[in-house]
Amino acid sequence: MLDCRQASQLISQSLDRSLTLRERFALKLHLFICEFCRQFSQHMQTMRVAIKRMTNSIENDNTIEMPATAKKRITNLVEANNSQP
Amino acid sequence: MTTANMHDWLNEHGDFLYRFALARLRDPHQAEDVVQETFLAAIKSPNFAEQSAPRTWLTGILKHKIIDVMRKNVREISASDLMSDEDANMDEFFDETGHWAEPPLAWDMPEGALEQKQFLGVLQTCMDKLPAKLAQLFLMRDVHETNNEEICKELNISTTNAWVMLYRARMGLRKCLEINWLGA
Repeated sequence: MLDCRQASQLISQSLDRSLTLRERFALKLHLFICEFCRQFSQHMQTMRVAIKRMTNSIENDNTIEMPATAKKRITNLVEANNSQP
Repeated sequence: MTTANMHDWLNEHGDFLYRFALARLRDPHQAEDVVQETFLAAIKSPNFAEQSAPRTWLTGILKHKIIDVMRKNVREISASDLMSDEDANMDEFFDETGHWAEPPLAWDMPEGALEQKQFLGVLQTCMDKLPAKLAQLFLMRDVHETNNEEICKELNISTTNAWVMLYRARMGLRKCLEINWLGA
C-alpha cells in the first residue's frame, strides 16, 4: 500500500514520465480511498492550467513591448554584423 | 537588402518574441538579450532569406536561446543555495507514518478564477519564493515545457534528481498558493 507521501510523489512524477502499470494501479487504489491525495492531484492539475494561462497572458499582452532602446541596439548590432564580410 | 528585411522582422515580430521570452524567463533584461541573440543568429544563418514564415523560424531559434539562458541561470546559482535546496526538509509535509501533516484543503475555484489578475499575481509571488534552483527547473519544465531528457542533459543531472526537484518545487508552490490565495 502506498502512503500519502509516496502517492504525492507519483502524482508529481506522472507529470514528467509515464507511470508503470503497477504504479498506476497502486496510485488509483490510493486515490480511491484518500480524499486528501485526490485534492492534491486536483491541485497539481489546477496549477498546470494556471501556469499555462499565466504564460499565455504575458505572451498575448499587447501592452508589453520591447523597450525602444533594445530595438535600437539590436538594429545597430544587426547592421554592424551584416557589414562584416 | 538583408538588413532591411531584418529591420522589418524586428518591427513585426520583435515585441512578440520579447513577450514570448519574458513569459518564460520572467526577467526583462534576459528577455531583451535572448531576442538580440536570436536576431544575430538569424542574420548569420545562410538560409534566412528563404524563410516564408519568419515568426515561426525566429521563435524556433529563440526557444534554444531561452534554454541556454536557463541553463546558465542554474549554473550561476551559488553552491550554498544548492546545499540549502538539498537540505530542504520535505518531512514538514508529512508525519512519520507518511500521512499529510497538513492535509490539502479543498480549493474553491470560482468560475474564471484562473483568469483573475489577482490569482496570477499570487502565483508569481509564490514562484518568486521558491529556492532559485527549484524555480529555474520549474520554469524549464512547467513553463517552457522542456522535456525531461533535455532538462537532464542540459543541467547534467539524473532523471531521479529532476523528479525530486520538480516534486519539491510543486509541493512548495502548492502550499504557498493554498496559504496566500485560497486560504485567505
